[in-house]
Amino acid sequence: MSPGIAAATGHRVLLQLRNDRRTVALLLVVPAVLLTLVRYVFDQDVAVFQRIGAPMVGIFPLVSMFLVTSIAMLRERTSGTLERLMSMPLAKLDLLVGYGLAFSVMAVLQAGVACAVAFGLLDLTILGPTWMVVLLAVLNAMLGMSLGLFLSAFASTEFQAVQFMPAFLLPQLLLCGLIADRDGMAAPLRWLSDVLPMTYAYDALRRVATSDTVTSRVLADMAVVLGVTLLALALGAATLRRRTD
Amino acid sequence: MSAISISQLIVRRGGRTVLDGVSLEIEAARITGLLGPSGCGKSTLMRSIVGVQRVAGGAVRVLGQEAGTPALRRRVGYVTQAPSVYADLAVRQNLAYFARVLSARRDAGDEVTDTVDLREYAMTRVGRLSGGQRARVSLAVALLGAPDLLVLDEPTVGLDPVLRRELWGTFRQLTERGVTLLVSSHVMDEADRCDDLVLMRDGAVLASEPREQLLRRTGQTDIEQVFLQLVGAG
Repeated sequence: MSPGIAAATGHRVLLQLRNDRRTVALLLVVPAVLLTLVRYVFDQDVAVFQRIGAPMVGIFPLVSMFLVTSIAMLRERTSGTLERLMSMPLAKLDLLVGYGLAFSVMAVLQAGVACAVAFGLLDLTILGPTWMVVLLAVLNAMLGMSLGLFLSAFASTEFQAVQFMPAFLLPQLLLCGLIADRDGMAAPLRWLSDVLPMTYAYDALRRVATSDTVTSRVLADMAVVLGVTLLALALGAATLRRRTD
Repeated sequence: MSAISISQLIVRRGGRTVLDGVSLEIEAARITGLLGPSGCGKSTLMRSIVGVQRVAGGAVRVLGQEAGTPALRRRVGYVTQAPSVYADLAVRQNLAYFARVLSARRDAGDEVTDTVDLREYAMTRVGRLSGGQRARVSLAVALLGAPDLLVLDEPTVGLDPVLRRELWGTFRQLTERGVTLLVSSHVMDEADRCDDLVLMRDGAVLASEPREQLLRRTGQTDIEQVFLQLVGAG
């Protein structure tokens, strides 16, 4: 791998995003708007917002980057640019790291805006440090990116790629503990949630929000998220082939 | 000397044999035209030479090495039929990115932009260009790294005649610098600009020799007639 080519790839992906201002605006504004909605939908019960505000900030980048990456990779495949890159002196890792760099930048911006709105305007308070929420948001963005990258190999059209969001992410959102406490779930669902990565992403955010020390459980959650990210990246790299039919 | 040496190449795709034991030598520093109807296997043969095609058998050696080896990735320029560049980036941004991937010189982007006559569109997003202009951006990317072999799949489709003539002039200049060009076309009249010709049909090579020799041997004056004669329909 070559750091120069990876950096050039990250730069290129950011340029593509910059040339698409509406997407950037949506990425930055939508989480803040939805946080505001949640705050005032539960206007009489502020505890709900206090409970799910921080997890929402941290899980948003996962969903956004999943969608953006799966479409971007699908375009690389269908436009022939991936084949062109594979015929050039570019290591697969250069491409993956490049995407990772670009989407980390986007995740920091997205989580930054969401935090500013949540903590600054909507009076969200958490016990743990705010920077941990941003850090977890970036980690979750990487998870979303790697899952999107891997799954995009199984989509042959953009319609299919978009449907992977409700197919793979919505069930995780339902099961991760954000919507309903996992203890109250039917046992098979609880077992299922044990092996889904978003469960650990949510658990880390919840713990940061409710404890003023970063506990070992949070670190363990982060390790799981990072491990699944690396696994999905390795599987994704296996779908990037130099030779195809 | 052969720049490309292919022996008994077999490619199967979806249970169908696309190339059935193709053997071929392509001379260095010459323009070889790869001619044949759509679907005859031209693109598959080119993909095999570039090393992006999964092959079922045979050997493809390019510039003395096995096709697709890492050392060749800097020395072989490849243009697919569909322009493979980023539609959401400007011409200059596309070239700047691929130049960095190829570790090309800093001014290489501007140079190839002039070669394909797109200077006035350098700041325009590729998605806003016409089909012919996009094809030229794609060609410009292939020229970036000063490759020793250029594999061009129908590079002049949809171009106006003036530009087409200029590009063939550029191809000719490249051979004078020692660059080998393999150019496919389904338009037989482009054959007149090539040194050597490879005629293909149904995944097999009908003829592979210098153009003059092919015309003399068959007693024909144009390649269309040669083609018909070789398939026994003349």
